[in-house]
Amino acid sequence: MFEKRLNLFAGHFGSGKTEVAVNYAIQMSQVYPKTAIADIDIVNPYFRTADAKKELENRGIWVILPMYANTNVDIPVLPAEMNAVFEKKEYKAVFDVGGDDIGALALSRYREEIASEDYEMFFVVNTRRPFTDTEEKIDEMAREIEYSSRLKITGFVNNTNLLQFTTLNDIIEGQRKIKAVADKYNVPIAITSGFFDDFKLEGTILEGELLNLNKYIKLPF
Amino acid sequence: MGEKLLMKGNEVIAEAAIRAGCRHYFGYPITPQTEVAHYMAKRMPKIGGVFLQAESEVAAINMVYGAACTGVRVMTSSSSPGISLKQEGISYIAGAELPAVIVNIMRAGPGLGGILPAQGDYFQAVKGGGHGDFKMLVLAPCSVQELYELTVEAFNLADKYRIGTMILGDGTLGQMMEAVEFKDEENIVHYEKNWATNGTNMERDHNIITSIDTNPEILESWNLRLQDKYKQITENEVRVEEYNCDGADLIVAAYGSVARIVKNVIKMAQKEGIKVGLIRPITLWPFPVNSFEKYAEVTKAFLTVEMSAGQMVEDVRLAVNGKAPVSFYGRTGGIIPTQQEILDKIKSILNR
Repeated sequence: MFEKRLNLFAGHFGSGKTEVAVNYAIQMSQVYPKTAIADIDIVNPYFRTADAKKELENRGIWVILPMYANTNVDIPVLPAEMNAVFEKKEYKAVFDVGGDDIGALALSRYREEIASEDYEMFFVVNTRRPFTDTEEKIDEMAREIEYSSRLKITGFVNNTNLLQFTTLNDIIEGQRKIKAVADKYNVPIAITSGFFDDFKLEGTILEGELLNLNKYIKLPF
Repeated sequence: MGEKLLMKGNEVIAEAAIRAGCRHYFGYPITPQTEVAHYMAKRMPKIGGVFLQAESEVAAINMVYGAACTGVRVMTSSSSPGISLKQEGISYIAGAELPAVIVNIMRAGPGLGGILPAQGDYFQAVKGGGHGDFKMLVLAPCSVQELYELTVEAFNLADKYRIGTMILGDGTLGQMMEAVEFKDEENIVHYEKNWATNGTNMERDHNIITSIDTNPEILESWNLRLQDKYKQITENEVRVEEYNCDGADLIVAAYGSVARIVKNVIKMAQKEGIKVGLIRPITLWPFPVNSFEKYAEVTKAFLTVEMSAGQMVEDVRLAVNGKAPVSFYGRTGGIIPTQQEILDKIKSILNR
């Protein structure tokens, strides 16, 4: 983790992209103080990085949000500040991409800037979500996202969960499905993410690096 | 055991409808229910169904009317301002006695309001938002699992009574993600639809479905038939959850996501030695009058909590019928009442 300068998190809406991206940025900032996170989710105005803004800024992370995020005039416009991420190369950056191929379309706007650098595009999957619960559906979603972002997936993230009802078995079952698709794309499961404090992992082989999540995005209850 | 998935309330509404045999969905996007349409758009073409984004809510509800005439299971969904636009069609559906499922994931109003959760459309849903003497069966789930179960049931009830059936939730419920367990087989009740305009095969007379008749005697007889139907529904279809009510010092009335907050308040109150009960109407119409009557003379007081300026509280007062004081606490504008606020209100009512 944290090797590349640009780290993109895409996936099915509700896959946990934002949760993973926010946690990734916070853990990266502990190694690289100059860390930025950009919310380019202009599809769903309900749950996103904007909710975790204070938490991120308290840790010295540069937060870039759509200008009107979480206000009444929530409109699909990306901020000019976004371009600065590509100028200030001393920063490591995390991009929280919108859900599905529709959300990834916004990423396409920066395709030239991103592709000219070394980047990671992580594809976040929760195999307990309805449109990514089989190998075929994961494959279809990954293909659609590559197509609309015009970028290549470089690694999968196994974020399989049922919130508080997650079992280790769910994660392993998710890993099996995701691995089968990742093999087709010739890329690894780069990260397995979850609330690992809840599990005994001894003896379990989870692919990629472990990203232990903390709850930064608060829900109403 | 069925398949267990992590889903959004809105997605579950769409999935439940499909499982209930709905292959016709007409709608127009609006936050916070757009995922219903999103899900339908992705799934319907793959299973030979119709997803159609109409040019407006008015068009969508009239497409629902048309599809329902042919006897198929049909659904539309929207959020508050969009449901207002649909009211004319909803009244026509009632007049023509058509089965249809209408979903309202409420947001803050009035007017364009905001996109955050609210429960300000209670009156519109249960008192008939459109014109004329009509009722809709109104179901109010409080979890993603219950959204699934009640959406399937809504199609059965709509067919059984040839009535517009509404799923009334708020933005919280539509947007929240929870684990949901699907049944391997759905309880789909098939009713013969010999009234449908689905072709005579030259074997019967034409069926005519309409809500117009200019002869007052005939029109009154239609009205009386509707009223008789509504009476049957009132007698047979009431659903309610009574929680912790026996021996309660105070009973809270709340529906939907607010009822979940109240359940946590009950735990907090218990720690302070106050016994609080909850009556959660699951059908808002027909309203669970009997549950309130039952406790009206034994509990000290009632409190209705809503994300509105006070709507269901009127039905609670009618049901309690002056036998106990009924107070109200509500938030509006998209603000969700906190557990502490509700507990403070309970304590002030009980002078604790």
